[in-house]
Amino acid sequence: MKYLHVILSTLHALLRQTGAALGLGFLALIVLVAVFADLLPLDPLGQDFIRSLEGPSRDYWFGTDELGRDILSRVVFGARTSLVTAAGAVVIAALIGVPMGLIGGFFGGWRDAALMRMVDVMMALPAILFAMTLIAVFGRSQGAALLAVGITGIPGFARIVRAQVMSLRKRDFVIAVEAFGGSAGYNMFRTILPNSLSQILVQVVVLSSVAILLEAALAFLGVGVPPPTPSWGEMLRTGKTYLHEAPYYAVLPGIVLTLTILAFDSIGRGLSRLIENPGETAMQGTLK
Amino acid sequence: MTEPVLKVRDLTVDFPGTPDRVPVVRGVSFDVHANEVLCIVGESGSGKSVTALAITGLLPASARVGGAVRVKDTDVIGADAEVLRRMRGRDVGFVFQDPSTTLNPVLPVGRQMTEGQVALGLLAKRDAAARAVELLREVDVANPEGRVGQYPHEFSGGMRQRAVIGMAMAGRPGLIIADEPTTALDVTVQAQVLGVLAKRQKDTGAAVVLITHDLGVVAEVADRVAVMYGGRIVETGQVDQIFAQPRHPYTAALLHSIPRMDMTDRRLDPIPGQPPSPASLPKGCAFEPRCSVGNGRPKCLSEDPALRIVDDASASACHYWRDTPTAAAPAEVREISRNVPDQPPLLEIRDLKVHFPVRRGILQRVTGHVRAVEGVNLTVHAGETVSLVGESGCGKTTTGKAVMGLTRATAGDILLNQQSILGLSASGMRNARRNMQYIFQDPFSSLNPVKTVEDIVAEPLHIHGLYDEAGGAKRIAELFDMVGLSPSMFGRYPAEFSGGQKQRIGIARALVLQPRLLILDEPVAALDVSIQAQILNLLEDLQKELNLGYLFIAHNLSVVRHISDRVAVMYLGRIVEESDRDTLYDAPVHPYTQSLMSAAPIPDPVEGRRRQRIVLEGEVPDPAAPPPGCAFAPRCFRATEICRSAPPPFERYGKTESRAACYHAGPLEQVEQKATGT
Repeated sequence: MKYLHVILSTLHALLRQTGAALGLGFLALIVLVAVFADLLPLDPLGQDFIRSLEGPSRDYWFGTDELGRDILSRVVFGARTSLVTAAGAVVIAALIGVPMGLIGGFFGGWRDAALMRMVDVMMALPAILFAMTLIAVFGRSQGAALLAVGITGIPGFARIVRAQVMSLRKRDFVIAVEAFGGSAGYNMFRTILPNSLSQILVQVVVLSSVAILLEAALAFLGVGVPPPTPSWGEMLRTGKTYLHEAPYYAVLPGIVLTLTILAFDSIGRGLSRLIENPGETAMQGTLK
Repeated sequence: MTEPVLKVRDLTVDFPGTPDRVPVVRGVSFDVHANEVLCIVGESGSGKSVTALAITGLLPASARVGGAVRVKDTDVIGADAEVLRRMRGRDVGFVFQDPSTTLNPVLPVGRQMTEGQVALGLLAKRDAAARAVELLREVDVANPEGRVGQYPHEFSGGMRQRAVIGMAMAGRPGLIIADEPTTALDVTVQAQVLGVLAKRQKDTGAAVVLITHDLGVVAEVADRVAVMYGGRIVETGQVDQIFAQPRHPYTAALLHSIPRMDMTDRRLDPIPGQPPSPASLPKGCAFEPRCSVGNGRPKCLSEDPALRIVDDASASACHYWRDTPTAAAPAEVREISRNVPDQPPLLEIRDLKVHFPVRRGILQRVTGHVRAVEGVNLTVHAGETVSLVGESGCGKTTTGKAVMGLTRATAGDILLNQQSILGLSASGMRNARRNMQYIFQDPFSSLNPVKTVEDIVAEPLHIHGLYDEAGGAKRIAELFDMVGLSPSMFGRYPAEFSGGQKQRIGIARALVLQPRLLILDEPVAALDVSIQAQILNLLEDLQKELNLGYLFIAHNLSVVRHISDRVAVMYLGRIVEESDRDTLYDAPVHPYTQSLMSAAPIPDPVEGRRRQRIVLEGEVPDPAAPPPGCAFAPRCFRATEICRSAPPPFERYGKTESRAACYHAGPLEQVEQKATGT
């Protein structure tokens, strides 16, 4: 209930900012298309060899690839790959990072020191090298990319939540809960966590765009999702190979990838603005 | 008559808002002459600070300013930046509320004080250091040669504010604007700072505009007063006139609603409702919805009264100013000490000590202790209010937190219903906490912003698993009713409430578990004057109804006199004097209590002038390194050799109710007052 209130009022406030509203709109479109892709008259795997590497036409609005597959269909289904990577990575990072930050920030002392050293170790791992290591061990799969981004995303959540907890736990309304007998766990999860939600949301948005970019980068390097599953990065890579024969090939995946990252970016910026100007949302009107 | 230093005519200021621009100042006119102190008094949102900023052209670009402001021979409104810069440096000095943010932390204080003068070419760079020393000496900073090169963090709060005053007066400006200059300071320091301000004003002959919400300060320093409400001046006049015979119902109501230190107890007469928000001003007179004189008269509802001269030198903006009540409200004396002594106390604090370790260096070694509370004994009975008063850092809040178990006690014992609550297990402490509750100073930060107010009040019941047992939503509605809120507000969030309403929600939450003891930590300090009375009355009613024991923590002596049965005065971690309320206020025996009483401004200019004042030297010492012997000795006017060697015992004084920790306890002698007064 209280989470819902925070999310709804944040969304409402976001929609009043032009940039963030545009970003949200584009993202909603991508998500809708990815979810309902099966219902659309699109076929990402069907091959039409005779018409391979063709330019835009009535049948293939954005042309076909080297195997005669519809580029539009592949971009639409590629969105699934990107979004699933992003969602999976965020879930892993948040599920581990948020409790780490909560516990470290709330109790301090040795618990905090131990958790933060773990965070430091994770921060030292470069995401792309870590992902390639995982792929070398487990083979090419979507899971490897997802796991790599997820693990390297833990420090972001842990640190942001920790900082937030440390400032919130000195606030009177947290002490008030202690004063009427609320336990530490109650205070952490029922009082502090809902009040940290907007900061966590910013991190979700940031990590999502990092995850999508990393997945694309891995595919571009040829170690991403195994074929024939469509992926934007994979399409960019092949598009580069046929740059002379079919210059339009990489246009759509490139534009969609760029716009998606921009959309996440503008949402993130909108959220940060809300945190800096608490008056703009009902949830944080404490400074009014 | 000579030309005024500051002339304001029909000043209007509005800010962008949704959907319309918000008028914050709506036609303000006044003059200030040389050698004159004008106090602008009003509650938050009355437009007093915006008026001050408009005078000097310091408002943000989004503000739209109309009317005319003339400082000496500069027309401020519409002037270009360079003209304004020259004017501010030469003709106007500022003193802001918080001296810790006014000074730049990375520049030595001395350099900051002369910076403006040097920048404007009024002072040669090589003379600056010598001038800074002179300025510090003029505002009574001890050892100015040593202090001039120090940084702001090496200055105490009171010294910083003196430095700011010195800086404001450096160029001998014709006009000083002081915006709540003593609000952030303790009473004894406030007395020093007001003294310095008055002295420097006399020396330079400047005109002073002092903005404040504290009627005591007004009575103390003002020559003339302008009362602001809803963006307009509703009354102006000579200070004595305003206090003796207010000509506007708002002024009269304000004077009735504040507790008085020098008066026997009466029930406060609160102004109903809230101050208006500039975005939704009522049609007609802005004060009408809260006014006892207007009371729905058609003229008040339809026509905003103009400020016009009513008699001698007073001006009032009221259609029916002749009806303004002058006599004090009918006295309703509250009997004192209703506690039955043979009943065991609800709360007993025995020799409580709270020390905080001070850690230094990379190894975080403990290098000393801050002795926040150093041996406090106190009892509270059911139905009784015991107050702890003292200046900031004296340990009163720490005592309250230690009782609640929010801060760990280092030594001593705390008994609730005669059972020790120190060293209780987690579940034992949980149960103990059902019997006592804490009310916070700042209602803005003590309510969880993401919960509805119904959930906030019900939260303690949920935590203890008592929600259904207690009666669920019906019980919450009862509590809302009890604190004067409507259950129709259930689904709203804290941000939608005003300060006074939030404090009521905090009180309802504290009462939901049916505690027997409330610890109230400055419960009205963050509220507007007219709202304070509402909350104080509510607390009194609840105490009567529920036979609650109150441990009331406050620095405001007037509020404490109003609400308490017994009072304990704290200084640097110890109780220095304790007695029943009237004995303590009428015949204090500890020199610190005596100084505190004489430093607290009273809202009565005639009485204030008659009163002798003890202005203490220096400030409260660092509790990590308390002076040997009596902690008050370095500032005390009676201190002798013995005081500096061993701390005095806390003993009964003669045959009175009072107990004091002083070798030289005794009533204040007239001679002594002459010797120490200013």
